[in-house]
Amino acid sequence: MIRKTSLIAAASALSLLAALPAAAQTIAIVGGHILSQGPAGDIPSGTVLIKDGKIVAVGTKVAVPADAKIIDASGKTVSPGLVLPSTSLTVAEVEQIGDTIDDSAGKRMGAAFDVQYGVNPNSALIPLARLSGVTRAVVTPVLGRGGSGGHKDDGADDFSGSFEDGEASLFAGQVATATLAAGVTEAVVKAKIGMALDLGEAGAAYAGGSRGAAIVLMKSALDDARHYARNRTAFDMGASRPYPYSRDDLEALIPVVEGRMPLLVRVHRASDITQILKFASEQKLKLILEGAEEGWMVADAIAKAGVPVLVDGQADLPGSFETLGSTLQNAGRLNAAGVTVAVMGSRDYNNLRQGRFNAGLAVSYGLPYSAAMASVTINPAKIWGLADRIGSLEPGKDADLVIWTGDPLEVTTYATSVFIQGKEQPMTSRSLELAERYRPGKSDYPPAYR
Amino acid sequence: MMHSPLLVRLALIATTASLLSACVSVVSVAPANNPVASVVPSNGPGSKVKMTDAAKVAVVLPKGSDPKAGPAPFGSTYKPLPSQLTALVGGHILTATGEEIDSGTVVIDGGKIVAVGKDVQVPAGAKIVDAKGKWITPGIIDIHSHLGVYPSPGVESLSDGNEMTEPNTAHVWAEHSVWPQDPGFNRARAGGVTTLQILPGSANLFGGRSVTLKNVPALTTEGMKFPGAPYGLKMACGENPKRVYGHKGRSPATRMGNVAGYRSAWIQAASYKRKWDDYRAKIAKGEKADPPERSLNLDTLSGVLAGEIRIQNHCYRADEMATMIDISREFGFKISVFHHSSEAYKIADLLAKEGICYATWADWAGFKMESYDGIAENAAIGQKAGACVIIHSDDPIMTQHLNQEAAIAMGAGARMGLPVSRADAIAWITLNPAKGMGIDDQTGSLTPGKNADVVLWSGDPFSVYSTADTVFIDGAVVFDRKDPRYQPKSDFELGQPGEGVHP
Repeated sequence: MIRKTSLIAAASALSLLAALPAAAQTIAIVGGHILSQGPAGDIPSGTVLIKDGKIVAVGTKVAVPADAKIIDASGKTVSPGLVLPSTSLTVAEVEQIGDTIDDSAGKRMGAAFDVQYGVNPNSALIPLARLSGVTRAVVTPVLGRGGSGGHKDDGADDFSGSFEDGEASLFAGQVATATLAAGVTEAVVKAKIGMALDLGEAGAAYAGGSRGAAIVLMKSALDDARHYARNRTAFDMGASRPYPYSRDDLEALIPVVEGRMPLLVRVHRASDITQILKFASEQKLKLILEGAEEGWMVADAIAKAGVPVLVDGQADLPGSFETLGSTLQNAGRLNAAGVTVAVMGSRDYNNLRQGRFNAGLAVSYGLPYSAAMASVTINPAKIWGLADRIGSLEPGKDADLVIWTGDPLEVTTYATSVFIQGKEQPMTSRSLELAERYRPGKSDYPPAYR
Repeated sequence: MMHSPLLVRLALIATTASLLSACVSVVSVAPANNPVASVVPSNGPGSKVKMTDAAKVAVVLPKGSDPKAGPAPFGSTYKPLPSQLTALVGGHILTATGEEIDSGTVVIDGGKIVAVGKDVQVPAGAKIVDAKGKWITPGIIDIHSHLGVYPSPGVESLSDGNEMTEPNTAHVWAEHSVWPQDPGFNRARAGGVTTLQILPGSANLFGGRSVTLKNVPALTTEGMKFPGAPYGLKMACGENPKRVYGHKGRSPATRMGNVAGYRSAWIQAASYKRKWDDYRAKIAKGEKADPPERSLNLDTLSGVLAGEIRIQNHCYRADEMATMIDISREFGFKISVFHHSSEAYKIADLLAKEGICYATWADWAGFKMESYDGIAENAAIGQKAGACVIIHSDDPIMTQHLNQEAAIAMGAGARMGLPVSRADAIAWITLNPAKGMGIDDQTGSLTPGKNADVVLWSGDPFSVYSTADTVFIDGAVVFDRKDPRYQPKSDFELGQPGEGVHP
């Protein structure tokens, strides 16, 4: 990752630059209630020591070097930075402004689509996410029209049950992870960390209208990828059998069929989950499920397969015929069955504050508190293969951490400091600037002068 | 009063007039200045009696020709569920009138709240509910809901929320789209929601009439209708109308087209109202008169001009809200509530001065340009300015967590140094929406005499960990988290995978 300090907002840039501590600085966060999510466990009052952007010590008896900058966190809570397990943040700005949406491939490709190239470290939504304690986003492509989620307030129903033939493949494309640090010119930390795919009603629609077609097409694509991998030379010479997918799409699928790249499958109905578990086992794929509203009905099978699940903690309506079994108990029941659960908000990037609250909500419906904290920190890190660097407060890991006014999962709690790789982040955003501009008070000049 | 000499005399005159003139096909007995006639065609049983009586004397009138004759159509058939004398004892009470009472008691009798306070005597024979460690608030009111009109499952066959066929559909009524079996009503009740305003969608300049519902399971929408609640008219500013109709190649395609559309409609409404007023005045004087032809569309719009129907206006931007206020002045009506109102904080003083409530989310914003400036501090800034602030959902998921949505807004206020107390913030989801819907004389606060719409929470309702444990509507238990007998399921939910996994 290139780490150059650049300007996020011209007006505050100079002061910001001055305020950013050098990476080499040693920082001691003392006196906080530490929810480490690592071997240090929960520490009612302890110290986190940061040096050169890494955590070097966590505990009650940490020697603080004389040159360390000391941050008093007494009365506050310290947690790892939150990790959004599947989001359009950084590749989508305003849902209804199509030009600002880069989370889907469109018509030209499927598996080859690489979301990393659309990541924008200057998105105005990133500071908002940071203020919510989020330090890392796993950016996952979506199928079809882009700008998933978002609020439809005109009731303009999206019954997008049909797509034109050959519009795209079933595969939505490749996943990347991005840091939400201020002042970076390149936010992608690791690209190509997964492949996204929609099954169920959405996948069936793409496949021409039914589930049977979707699974067959998927199998065919994976078979073609294997065949292509063995016959690259023949393909280049025009001597191989024809494939319905492009060379780029097939190349992208090779790590998937080799089990090196996890396949993120958005799936909802219990029977669809059963089918994809069976399919993945036959094909020896590494699987992650997203949605899985009826996952609790087949929780034991998911656990047995060792497949982790990204759960929308609020989903409890039979919004479609594939989510008739939606319940707020889903996360708790999956966890109880032994499934690794990451709780997400809705995918709405404008609703990203919701992730941690959904984890809190799940606590009222059977998810133990410790599992709820893990579900927004270490679990998403583990699921995406990032746990060697982030997700917990452990010596050697990146110093991504948040100081909160209280319990991170509580609605009225807010972050007072956010560190990413040891750098203290500016605690401002476009929203906060607007709030300040319109803070009640009299002025003879219009707000534009404030 | 129902048999006032004036009415009898008018009836005679009217009857005579119709006999004398074959061309008078419709005769109304309702003069403009008569209090009976000016009663809103509402859901109230009281008004129904009066209307029926008025209709009786106008025997020659073809039914349905005069909007003010006869019983109000689609009247409420709501009946409170059985209740008993109940005392919630030892709870932490937020009355929604600014009071926070630690370890207090709420007494419910005959479906009404009869006592609230610290030193309240528990009446003999009362069912005692131990509320120690729990919190008690008024029932949650969601002023912006599409439950029933956009039900679950969200399939096209059941999707009836937006008559996107012409920009002015003031003639449609949301209640005719409500599917009472929407499972979303049950989820909302489990979140403490006791009253809902169901609105048509916002594709149109005039989307149609809203309906106010008690959140009780019923076979018909009439069985849920809140007796006596005034109707609302959904209007929409900004992007939705211009996008929907602009894409169809017709007006409005711009914001100026929107405004021209509103004004043209109000001109028509004023003319229609004047025709009816003139007609009724002539009849009152015993003169011969032809009644105007009835228009469902203009019935609604002229009802707004008469102050009987409340404007519920989807409007995000500050400048557009100010424009709408100008239009209301031009035509002499009142806007009750701006909805969504992401930029209300920019004109909080104006809205406070005008006495217009604004309903918003905590910080759901940025999904479109007109919501781009939405901020979590919106509610707290308005509260500071003395405005009537409402937190709404517009969403079948969020409606289940309006207490938490209010908490987010409260937390954002605290963060910027504009703290809002729990005692005040609870009004955002109870008393203030009741005011905006014109039902605050009946519900919205824990005030003796009001309907016993009450939620007993497991803890502080502004905590993510609290759940609505017992919900009362008109004193009856309509939901109990621990008792399956009070966990109603809709017909749709039976035999489905989700049966038995709620709450």
